[in-house]
Amino acid sequence: MKRRLSWFSVLVIFAVVIMALLAPIIAPYPQQALGEPNPAERLQPPSWKHIMGTDHMGRDIFSRIIYGSRTSLIVGISVTFLAALIGLPVGIVAGYYGGFVDTILMRVTDIFLAFPPLLLALLISSTMGKGFGNAIIALVISWWPWYARLARSQAVSTKNLAFVEAARSSGVSNVMIMLRHIFPSSIPPVVVQGTMDMGTAILEAAALSFLGLGIQPPAPDWGLMVSEGKNYFLNYWWIPTFPGLFIFLLVMSFNLLGDLVRESVDPRLRRRFF
Amino acid sequence: MPSDPAALWVGPHPTHSSIEAARERLHLNEPLYTRFFYFVRDLARGDLGVSIRTHNPVSEDIFKAFGATFELIVFAEILAVIVGIPLGVYSAVKKDSFIDNASRVLAVAGVSLPGFWMGMILQLVFFRYLGLLPLSGRVDTLMSITNPIAEKTGFYLIDTLISGNFSAMWDVFKHMILPGLTLAAYPIGLITRQVRSMMIEVLNENYIRTASAYGIKKRKIYFGYALKNSLAPAMVTLGLSFAYTLVGAFLIELIFNWPGLGRYAANSILSMDYPAIVGVTLIVAVTYVVINFIVDLIQAKIDPRIKL
Repeated sequence: MKRRLSWFSVLVIFAVVIMALLAPIIAPYPQQALGEPNPAERLQPPSWKHIMGTDHMGRDIFSRIIYGSRTSLIVGISVTFLAALIGLPVGIVAGYYGGFVDTILMRVTDIFLAFPPLLLALLISSTMGKGFGNAIIALVISWWPWYARLARSQAVSTKNLAFVEAARSSGVSNVMIMLRHIFPSSIPPVVVQGTMDMGTAILEAAALSFLGLGIQPPAPDWGLMVSEGKNYFLNYWWIPTFPGLFIFLLVMSFNLLGDLVRESVDPRLRRRFF
Repeated sequence: MPSDPAALWVGPHPTHSSIEAARERLHLNEPLYTRFFYFVRDLARGDLGVSIRTHNPVSEDIFKAFGATFELIVFAEILAVIVGIPLGVYSAVKKDSFIDNASRVLAVAGVSLPGFWMGMILQLVFFRYLGLLPLSGRVDTLMSITNPIAEKTGFYLIDTLISGNFSAMWDVFKHMILPGLTLAAYPIGLITRQVRSMMIEVLNENYIRTASAYGIKKRKIYFGYALKNSLAPAMVTLGLSFAYTLVGAFLIELIFNWPGLGRYAANSILSMDYPAIVGVTLIVAVTYVVINFIVDLIQAKIDPRIKL
């Protein structure tokens, strides 16, 4: 059963990646996807011509979904990656040096952690203005403290190990120690957390664009498509249903994958990475 | 679209003099530190300023909206506990059975569902196609005229119960099921997973084996010993899920047209109503901290090993 699930999630993610990479080739109506309206064919139910129907501007929904995979994947990967990029050094420095530096850095992260996750992103987004880049920045700002905390606890537990002490007594500089010894051991938990987080990041980005704070129309983004379909869905169910379904499947696949990664890295099974 | 607070305050027909008057009124011409001082001073008095959009005191607006949102959140969390804990226990006890696997998939699904989408799907199914449940709002407009609800606590379910207004109560309940269910999906997923993994760990412990060897009835073991010990992380998860529920309520209120904090905040954000945005943020942050604190207290009470 677990194997079936893991195959399913890998398949979905793979399919979405293919969609994103080969969008112009796969999509049956690429110009419509990017926003060229087609008023003659507005609001058509799923048919052979338009597999998932058309939206209120006559654009083929299937094509828009294929193009929308790009924004979703980009958001998921970049937010997680950038947040880790910022969080790791902060956490390692705080954990390694301890004392005053640690206290200050941790207080700063605590301020960010005090906010419910999406709320902070909402706030930053609304003050910074709409747009894709701003949405990513907002999400990264609200995500990085979690990685800092993770990295810090790893650094704290690693810095007292024998080989670090050996390096220190050999005269290796602090920076060198952090880079070559602490950093590699902080990576595994961050990677595990990151895989699990990618799904959530995509979900939050979809929520932001649903609220109109993320990517702007006429761009084909799944969250945006659900929001556009909100006014029509009672009589034209296909408009928000398909994009939302894809969000759900993608996020679920990332979550399943993350769970699998986490279970395989479980310290109880005594896996060693270094 | 102007984002000048004074222009927004004046509204649709701004004249130069009215904008100037608004600037004076909102202290916009004074330096930043003076304005910050006004803000803190007002805050200490419980005055969150006046909303640029509705021209009501922000605290008044928020108070009205808060009850609606809070009732929804509590409803969802109770649902999560009622469904999540038994499901988690059953999953752990009958590990790798069909129900276990099904509930694990459901749990992951619950966590991955976009709330705003799920809400729409439920509306489609239960309102549009089955016609069983209402589309939006807290109460039927007809019902609120024929059987008005005496607002005492702001929690409509309680208010209708107290005043014996049972037809309204049924109506309120019908209105709360769909948004509550949508909101509860995420906490149900979280709690089921937590309870299940903790129970599995606890059930492998020696003292459980001892109890079973003594011949203590299985049900007492599961609920008396195992569950109590595995509840602590579940409580932590519950508290953390409150944060997500709080934010998820924002989106769901938009879909179900629920007159709560989320809709108020969303409208404020969309109309750049800064005092309202700041007020909402403060209230939400404070609520979040208070809830976490309460969860900590509950946790300390359940698990005597934890000292406050």
